[in-house]
Amino acid sequence: MAKDTLVIAGKSYESRLLVGTGKYKDFDETRRAIEASGAQIVTVAIRRTNIGQNAGEPNLLDVLPPSKYTILPNTAGCYTAQDAIRTLRLARELLDGHSLVKLEVLADQKTLFPHMPETLVAAKALVAEGFQVMVYCSDDPVMARQLEELGCVAVMPLASLIGSGMGILNPWNLQIILDNAHVPVLVDAGIGTASDATIAMELGCDGVLMNTAIAKAKDPVRMGRAMKLAVEAGREAFLAGRMAKKPYEASASSPETGLIQKIG
Amino acid sequence: MSAPIRITLNGAPREFPAPLTFAQLLDELSLAGKRLAVERNGEIVPRSAFQNASLVDGDRIELVIAVGGG
Repeated sequence: MAKDTLVIAGKSYESRLLVGTGKYKDFDETRRAIEASGAQIVTVAIRRTNIGQNAGEPNLLDVLPPSKYTILPNTAGCYTAQDAIRTLRLARELLDGHSLVKLEVLADQKTLFPHMPETLVAAKALVAEGFQVMVYCSDDPVMARQLEELGCVAVMPLASLIGSGMGILNPWNLQIILDNAHVPVLVDAGIGTASDATIAMELGCDGVLMNTAIAKAKDPVRMGRAMKLAVEAGREAFLAGRMAKKPYEASASSPETGLIQKIG
Repeated sequence: MSAPIRITLNGAPREFPAPLTFAQLLDELSLAGKRLAVERNGEIVPRSAFQNASLVDGDRIELVIAVGGG
């Protein structure tokens, strides 16, 4: 039996769980939770270095070395296509020409909802510059299709708002996206607990990307492991093919013949 | 002795003695050898250019690193 792997931009990954690196207590907790999650692709943000106060300060990439993890730089905090493009050019330089990136262009500070018109503009420009773009997007099937047509290597619709932990609010839209996609579809944002990740995988998603659900659990290391198992369970259930639902009709699991005799 | 170079570094005004290459700038900031990326006036300055490329008055410099994010 062929190994079931996630293939993104021609590279295979055994883990279908992608994790963020934000909101942890410290780098040690980051490292331990991510190890427990089994994730091979980890997202990072690109930010100004603190001038004058960082001599000897540990660097995130020392804790999560690019030799061990596929680093996925994001454009979190960017509200225009131009800012996102600049950020990812810097990321590519920072990561020695690495071209796999996560594009997200936000529209609104309260909801962090994706700005789809700017996202489309940025995606087109980044693909033209040779970036392999995994793109955070709304769960609109038309947007997902357009991003795929522009050459994005994966589409990543939200399950619910970033950091909300509200789970999958519109499985029907996700299903339409999945039914039509020819590139990997990963749920990005909104996962709250293990069952949310399992549901995403049972729907047929190729992977799940999360940060807060692990980082803000009471025990992030344990939740990292829970998410690993949840994604694996959901994937296995999807591949196994669930039984048909039979509303209003029970079906006994035990034989209905050979029952002992009724008394009297 | 030439006039100092005034630049905007990560959004803040700074002065350095002239002349100043990118390698010297990073030395001054104790950032030499760190994994970071540099942008000048919106354009990437590749690591290979640090030794020879010089800063000029008015340059807007961004020095970035990878940090935790989702």
